[in-house]
Amino acid sequence: MNIMTEQSLENAVGDKMKSNEVIKMRGDKVGVFYGEKQALFDVDLDVRLNQVTALIGPSGCGKSTFLRCLNRMNDTIDSARVTGKITLDEEDIYDKNIDVVELRARVGMVFQKPNPFPKSIYENVAYGPRIHGLAKRKADMDQIVESSLKKAAIWNEVKDRLQEPGTGLSGGQQQRLCIARAIAVSPEVILMDEPCSALDPIATARVEELIDELRQNYTIVIVTHSMQQAARVSQRTAMFHLGYLVEEGATDKMFTTPDDKRTQDYITGRFG
Amino acid sequence: MSSLLVLAIVVAVGLVAFFIGRQRAAAQDNGKVKPHSRAHYHGWWAFLLAVLPALLLLAVWAVGSSVYLDRHIHAALPERTVDSKVASEALDVSLVKSLARGLRKLDAGTLAAMPASFAELQPLLAAKGVALASDTQDYMIPIAVEANKVQDRLGLFGAIVILASSIAGAFYALRQIAPRARARNNVERLMLWGLLAASTIAILTTIGIVLSMLFQTITFFESVSPMSFFFGTVWDPRFAAAGSGGSQGQFGLIPLLAGTLYIAAVALLVAVPVGLMSAVYMAEYATPKVRSVVKPALELLAGIPTIVYGIFAVVTLGPFLRDLSAALTGGSPFIQGQSIFTAGLVMGVMLIPVVSSLSDDIITAVPRAMRDGSLGLGATRSETIKRVILPAALPGIVGAILLTASRAIGETMIVVLAAGVAANLTINPFEAMTTITVKIVNQLTGDLEFNSPQTLVAFALGLTLFALTLVMNIVALYIVRKYREQYE
Repeated sequence: MNIMTEQSLENAVGDKMKSNEVIKMRGDKVGVFYGEKQALFDVDLDVRLNQVTALIGPSGCGKSTFLRCLNRMNDTIDSARVTGKITLDEEDIYDKNIDVVELRARVGMVFQKPNPFPKSIYENVAYGPRIHGLAKRKADMDQIVESSLKKAAIWNEVKDRLQEPGTGLSGGQQQRLCIARAIAVSPEVILMDEPCSALDPIATARVEELIDELRQNYTIVIVTHSMQQAARVSQRTAMFHLGYLVEEGATDKMFTTPDDKRTQDYITGRFG
Repeated sequence: MSSLLVLAIVVAVGLVAFFIGRQRAAAQDNGKVKPHSRAHYHGWWAFLLAVLPALLLLAVWAVGSSVYLDRHIHAALPERTVDSKVASEALDVSLVKSLARGLRKLDAGTLAAMPASFAELQPLLAAKGVALASDTQDYMIPIAVEANKVQDRLGLFGAIVILASSIAGAFYALRQIAPRARARNNVERLMLWGLLAASTIAILTTIGIVLSMLFQTITFFESVSPMSFFFGTVWDPRFAAAGSGGSQGQFGLIPLLAGTLYIAAVALLVAVPVGLMSAVYMAEYATPKVRSVVKPALELLAGIPTIVYGIFAVVTLGPFLRDLSAALTGGSPFIQGQSIFTAGLVMGVMLIPVVSSLSDDIITAVPRAMRDGSLGLGATRSETIKRVILPAALPGIVGAILLTASRAIGETMIVVLAAGVAANLTINPFEAMTTITVKIVNQLTGDLEFNSPQTLVAFALGLTLFALTLVMNIVALYIVRKYREQYE
């Protein structure tokens, strides 16, 4: 816990020192259609560098849909169509010249349910670097695997059994393994889709700690159903409802004095 | 009274019981007591009680009365002597029975003035379209007349008993009807028994088949040693004429087994890559529109009778390959008209839909989370398939391939036509070789004594084949099942 507070302190200081408001990703009038049905309407939302942005809102409000737009995972759904503009470092990610594979290497994703591949722990982490050719020699790969597992705060638990299947780990460990897997390709942004919803409170606490540590090096967007989680881990919060972005702002403000009545109601548990 | 009429009446009684039962149960529902079962369950229970025991009785009666009739005729026939004109007692009885059946076609007038000799009777019967064996004897006529009377009596008596049981069953069920009577449970239990019986039939049949093959096989091994069967390398059964037991052939399984496995291997070499790739395309790349056209089209291949493939192989492909090879070498063809290659190729095409549809199911069963996980890391589709989906689906695919292999091994019609009948041992795929199934067909067709080793060997071959495919299926199912547990 001690380390945690130090870390937070460092982050807090770091935030002040950084020019604070560098926009990493920007959504401009983003809309999503699934076939005929529109799931997302004109969302304007900025994701700031080295901050955690939490997306909250009741089920079916479009927050996961928006998240999946940010690394074009919606492309894998046949009927999905995205309108508007999303930029990463001022570059339109839906531009024809953008290679979606490259984009996903820069904008990694961690899913709701831990989904390690049915391979060894080592191979799970080495998967990304291997397909992107990040390591030339075995030693380099070992290095990447180790540092990724360390960053995901799971190294000590698995260092003696790297060759065992990743599916044999506990739920919380699996999720941290998936985070390590995402980190291993050195992404700039990590998208997390309710990463703790399948975990118990203790595992959740570990992952939340981890998220807070990770934001030094990465920009994080997290979808969550837990108000406490959003309050604990994020610096910015965006509230979605029925496919619209209701409001967005600094987390402190959102949880104390929201502008919109719906945010107020949702946060205090009156609906959703 | 004919059985069909009895059956119809029983069903009618059952239907009446159903309607009365339902009616009565509905009438008893006065809203005070909550009825245990809904009215139609009472109806069905009455129907089942009226019909099922009666049907059982009908079956028993039909069998029993025919046995009784046989005995009766048998007893009435004169003692057999050396100069009896008919070859056997069984033939005697069956002659009387067919005569009795013939007599039923005659009208009452003719029956009253029954001629005493068969010579006079025959034209009368022939006029009614009844043809009888000419060695029917005169003494059989009164026995046949008597037999008909007995049969009528038995039929009438049986019908009365059956109808009585049906009505009794209906009444019993109808009397039981009460708001708290558990008709639903009774009906459900009977359903369960019915379903159980249905599934037992398949198992019992399998056991029966295996046992019958087993006994014939044991008889076969009495004249040919298992060693020379399982390890013999020469197949030369020497078709023996009936009775000439001296000419013992050689029954070596090895050439047939080798041919079977060789052709199956060639077939799998064709079917597995093509089927697998088409499955990958279907599961991962095809848009729903393409999939909805291509998948049924592919599965249509599985619906083509294998004999059609066989004809295609022997009429079109075989000669084509032979001529092609002749043209390539400029004279002598190195591919024979019937060859391992041709048979394997055609069988492979036949198996493509089997592989592809099994693998398609397995690939589709790999959870979406695996795909998302890989794509989310920036892997391309083909990388995802190669490195995540196929490894994850591998056990299932291996199982599918084994299932396909056991089909290839058991396949008959294509190889009968396309592989040839020569029991060679060769490694040249362009020569003819034969399979276990082909030899089973060969040994059982033609005019052969049914207790010579030449015929009995078919059962030994069949049992070997059965054991082979059974083991493969068990292994395949084991692998597939083990794989399934992985994601649950």
